[in-house]
Amino acid sequence: MKTTYREAVRSALSEALRSDARVFLMGEDVGRYGGAFAVSRGLLEEFGPERVRDTPLSESTFVGAGIGAALGGMRPIVEVMTVNFSLLALDQIVNNAATLRHMSGGQLSVPLVVRMATGGGRQLAAQHSHSLEGWYAHIPGIMVLTPATPADARGMLLAALREPDPVFIFEHATLYPTEGEVDESAGPAEIGRAAVRRPGEHVTLITYGGSLPKTLQAADLLAVEGIDAEVIDLRSLRPLDTPTLLASIARTHRALIVDEGWRMCSFAAEVSAQLMEGGFYDLDGPVARVCSAEVPMPYAKHMEDAALPQPASIVATVHEMLRRHG
Amino acid sequence: MTVERGHALELLRQMVLIRRFEEKAAELYMLGKIRGFLHLYIGEEAVAVGAMQAFMPEDAIVATYREHGQALARGIPAGSLMAEMYGKANGCSRGRGGSMHFFDVSRRFYGGYAIVGGGMPIAVGLALADTLQGRRRVTACFFGDGAVDEGEFHESLNLAALWKLPVLFLCENNLYAMGTALARHQSQTDVRLKAAAYSLSADAVDGMDVLAVESATRRAAEAVRRGEGPYLLEVRTYRFRAHSTADPELYRTKEEVEQWKTRDPIALFAARLREWGLLSDADLTAIEAAVGREIEAAVAVAEAGPWEPVEDLLRDVYTPRTP
Repeated sequence: MKTTYREAVRSALSEALRSDARVFLMGEDVGRYGGAFAVSRGLLEEFGPERVRDTPLSESTFVGAGIGAALGGMRPIVEVMTVNFSLLALDQIVNNAATLRHMSGGQLSVPLVVRMATGGGRQLAAQHSHSLEGWYAHIPGIMVLTPATPADARGMLLAALREPDPVFIFEHATLYPTEGEVDESAGPAEIGRAAVRRPGEHVTLITYGGSLPKTLQAADLLAVEGIDAEVIDLRSLRPLDTPTLLASIARTHRALIVDEGWRMCSFAAEVSAQLMEGGFYDLDGPVARVCSAEVPMPYAKHMEDAALPQPASIVATVHEMLRRHG
Repeated sequence: MTVERGHALELLRQMVLIRRFEEKAAELYMLGKIRGFLHLYIGEEAVAVGAMQAFMPEDAIVATYREHGQALARGIPAGSLMAEMYGKANGCSRGRGGSMHFFDVSRRFYGGYAIVGGGMPIAVGLALADTLQGRRRVTACFFGDGAVDEGEFHESLNLAALWKLPVLFLCENNLYAMGTALARHQSQTDVRLKAAAYSLSADAVDGMDVLAVESATRRAAEAVRRGEGPYLLEVRTYRFRAHSTADPELYRTKEEVEQWKTRDPIALFAARLREWGLLSDADLTAIEAAVGREIEAAVAVAEAGPWEPVEDLLRDVYTPRTP
């Protein structure tokens, strides 16, 4: 069945609320408003205000309350409207959610799911366009998922709810209206496995989340010129499926990472390091990166476009790789 | 105020246990047996001991990095706590947390939180879980006057009151946020008044009087347990020792500390019990002797405890998966 990313998330939320009495959803405007991105529209009417809870604008406390409720036997799904606001909850995430199991000597576990929209590309300027999932992936004790397709948006949320540890799901805001095939009978997705979205021979393009559609477009443009690019969707940043990446570069001998985070200390930098550590002798040239420009996100469209990875910049970088190390 | 003798002696014993435990911890710190930060509770014993009487085994406790008193009053064995401070694997947190991070899930002791205010949202969530599951329990949330400065204090009081959650917020006001006096960090120094902004019931009590703390906490806990929503109880106390082992105490005078020591909660209570004819010299000697043996045994447990094998370094970062 063809459905949107938004409807796929809603379908998973609805299925989870129906099938598990411990599950509840809370966050800013998830109830009456229907969610800032209309993801939870209709859920308040179906499941009631006990299980679909509008919260005050208190990110730190409703994320912390999610941790506490998880300790108390519930399976909370916390929606932090966007990654930009999650910065107000970093103390709870980094100091509590990620540490409690280890620091308690294994006595506690925190089965918490936190969802948030991420990314730029909607002319929302410097405070509403962050792609900070790479920061989160730095933290041991949590998992970081970045579904890029409607099927993954549904399957990964269902999978996250089965995890005994905190899972953070980053939904790129430009993906909500995108469509794709979703099998409603499909169960949870497998966490920690990357997917080859387009097989190819000449170069491996590694990406995730909102950059996947752009990277696939770039691969199509390259195909016209006879360059056959493989596109890998990481799907999960922590855990990271390094073996799938290494197997790909063993065949293509070239790798380009596309990541909407800023280049400096980006998740792309981590992937690049892992390719170097595990696949150095398979590479015909240096690993390349296309990341966001080192600038607070500008508002004007032409400037924002220039700051973000684009199909054209991906294609140009592949050309450069082939020219220098063809 | 009257008190049954057995109960009175038990309150006294618990306060003496905390005092001697803390003195021993300070001594072991000087010897290098305990490292990291060590925040002593001496002077505040009546707060943990008085308050803890009001909570049932099914209630939850959330505390701070100065939580030795709460942990002992909750009944966590002194040896398990001492071993934790040694960093040993038989410590209550397997030696991963140290002095600031005691956990004992079997006693619903959900930890010492070392970021000021950081435990408060956790307490709100524990109470939310109880409410959603129809359990009539109380979550006790201990924090200091410094936490009142934090956004999480205001957010947590608001959310708990908005959702009528069964949390007893217990502010241990020892007049200093580390080294900053209350009047230098709060525009309104009457902490109890903060509750009005969020429509919480509130009370304030003398934290040097163990019986007053007990009865105020019982009243508050009963209201919370009846489903009347959260409650803020301000307990006014004083820390006799430095903030931590790293504190040269430049921010308060010796005279001020000495003045407060005249209101030592243990001495005050003992004097009162003598006055009422409930405590003899022999009773006190017996309590001190029993506590002394308990502390000695706790140190032995810590000394004899094993170190966690280095191979277990990454154990429990994530929950082990069963294939």
